[in-house]
Amino acid sequence: MAAPYDLNDDGVVVIIGSGAGGGTLGNELAQKGVDVVILEAGARIEYEDFINDEWESFGQLAWGDKRTTSGDWRVARDFPNLPAWIVKAVGGTTTHWAGASLRFQEHEFRTLSHYGKVDGANLLDWPLTLAELEPYYAKAEDKMGVTRTNGIAGLPGNNNFKVLKAGADKLGYKECHTGNMAINSDFRDDRMACQQTGFCFQGCKWGAKWSTLYTEIPKGEATGKLEVRPQSMALKIEHDASGKVTGVLYADKDGNRHLQKARLVCVACNSIESPRLLLNSASAMFPDGLANSSGQVGRNYMRHTTGSVYAVFDKPVHMYRGTTMAGIIRDEARHDPSRGFVGGYELETLSLGLPFMAAFLDPGGWGRSFTSALDNYASMAGLWIVGEDMPQEQNRITLHAEMKDEHGLPIPDVHFDDHPNDAAMRNHAYAQGRALYEAVGAIRTFPTPPYPSTHNLGTNRMSEKASDGVVNKHGQTHDIKNLFVSDGSQFTTGGAENPTLTIVSLAIRQADYIAQEMATGAI
Amino acid sequence: MTTVYEGKRRGLSRRDVLRRGGKVGIGAMLVISGSAVISPQFAWGLETSGLAPEAVATLIQMARDIYPHDHIEDRFYAIAVKSYDERAGKEAAFKEMIEAGVADLDRRAGAGGYRGLGWEDERVDILRQVETTSFFQTVRGGLVTGLYNQKELWPLFGYEGESYSKGGYINRGFDDIEWL
Repeated sequence: MAAPYDLNDDGVVVIIGSGAGGGTLGNELAQKGVDVVILEAGARIEYEDFINDEWESFGQLAWGDKRTTSGDWRVARDFPNLPAWIVKAVGGTTTHWAGASLRFQEHEFRTLSHYGKVDGANLLDWPLTLAELEPYYAKAEDKMGVTRTNGIAGLPGNNNFKVLKAGADKLGYKECHTGNMAINSDFRDDRMACQQTGFCFQGCKWGAKWSTLYTEIPKGEATGKLEVRPQSMALKIEHDASGKVTGVLYADKDGNRHLQKARLVCVACNSIESPRLLLNSASAMFPDGLANSSGQVGRNYMRHTTGSVYAVFDKPVHMYRGTTMAGIIRDEARHDPSRGFVGGYELETLSLGLPFMAAFLDPGGWGRSFTSALDNYASMAGLWIVGEDMPQEQNRITLHAEMKDEHGLPIPDVHFDDHPNDAAMRNHAYAQGRALYEAVGAIRTFPTPPYPSTHNLGTNRMSEKASDGVVNKHGQTHDIKNLFVSDGSQFTTGGAENPTLTIVSLAIRQADYIAQEMATGAI
Repeated sequence: MTTVYEGKRRGLSRRDVLRRGGKVGIGAMLVISGSAVISPQFAWGLETSGLAPEAVATLIQMARDIYPHDHIEDRFYAIAVKSYDERAGKEAAFKEMIEAGVADLDRRAGAGGYRGLGWEDERVDILRQVETTSFFQTVRGGLVTGLYNQKELWPLFGYEGESYSKGGYINRGFDDIEWL
């Protein structure tokens, strides 16, 4: 049974956020006998209550707190207060994610060495290698039940995949399959197999897709060592005169403030809220925010070079049926500067329902060019581009100078400019996507701009040297020994791969480190 | 209370409407009768409250011109714009913006007004002129959900909506493509 911990219990590890990073870390620590309190800003919504309706589900799950945007990205124009499409609920964005679980490639951990210096980019090697992370990738794949690992069969291909595969074959792509998906292709881990429902983004109502909501969290709670406190919005991390963190001030659902004392604090609120919390925790001792001696907190915001290509055919596809993202082409994920850019990208099947297609196909678009595309919705196929984007110092999360949230704290502004490398990669991917669909008879194709970001990365990055980043190779902040970062904001660079598997692997690894350091009394 | 109601029988005749004192718009399929916008052809009416029915009829035409789908009946566009009528009844500033926007469309269209223009291209030319106004952007932006989030409309685009209650598509054609 999950036993509630006292607010004055200063022996607990407080984790802020219950998604891929926080939820996994919480369970891993609880399994080792460590007392854990997870503060989660959102409500606990069990999977039976998810909704097969795009807008209704968005209202139920999405992080809708006001944010502002700036920069040359189109999201700033089309969705100025919605930079990111992520979740505010227990389980975090693992309720919404599509399940694609890919390991980083070896060279993606050392981009500065491998790509060389790129003008305008703040490239840096991770203080970590693929070899060091491999055992944890293996644990994560087993934990999450990733298809095509651990003897788990791949998912069956849906209509959208079949179109992708036919086009991939025509273009001569070699590595195309139904993906490495943390979605059960058969009963496993007390969860049933995928029923091809087509609402992966709205939360899997079968529980077939891995989410911390119904895997890590109840497993952790069953140890009696993990308490998840929903609707608890962290406002500030407190510290003592020695500079060690001592607890987290948070607001409950009624806006009442509480201070949960802590032996150590792990920040896992996604790459917008994590740096915001560190910046909002500024004090006389740390006037630029916690763990920010490098000035890198909030900087190097990455979101993957994304985009979609949709295509209409003269015959039906019904792309929305079945697992949304069970289809991938990996041939372009390599680093091959002859294409005119560094890094690579994945092509993955993607589908939106009619309501979201109307909102995202060409935001702001209208007239017959736009509506004739929707008229062919049933004959549409689609893919998503996921590529490595360049970390840039000026792409960053800052505190808004005037606007405050309901708790009186500055809201975050998300600034993003495309790097020329990002644009070159996206254009290459658009051309490949278009060629792929035309090879199987597409009548029209639509290069669709990036959606509000789901892959938010890099704003508390890992670095060997304290002057280059915010955390070390264990996610421990360079400045404060008992303060950790446990989400995708640790990423030094983004890779071409969907980030969740790497976030989970880092969390498992971090749990080992924290437990060991606590056992020796180092923290 | 603003409602879109279906006529008791399909095909309210032009004579029926005229007998009720309606004005048949020039070249339009929508008829103004009292405070209602009526579609004689498809037998539905929209009772207006916040805006003049003429303005609502123009908004319906404008909605179709922004998001033209020839296989979608006017009533879906009417449902989409009725929220503007309701909001205009509550917010004076909003009402003023909509009325001024509609008047501007009519002014730009010349004699006969916006709805009097026979070709979609002529009306779209006018919409392009006002595309950056908050009037246009408010109307267009609201339609994205007001129109496309109507469940009754989804099947007309071949979108099947909710599928969990039917057991997903595992036995209902997730992989039934045959033409590849």
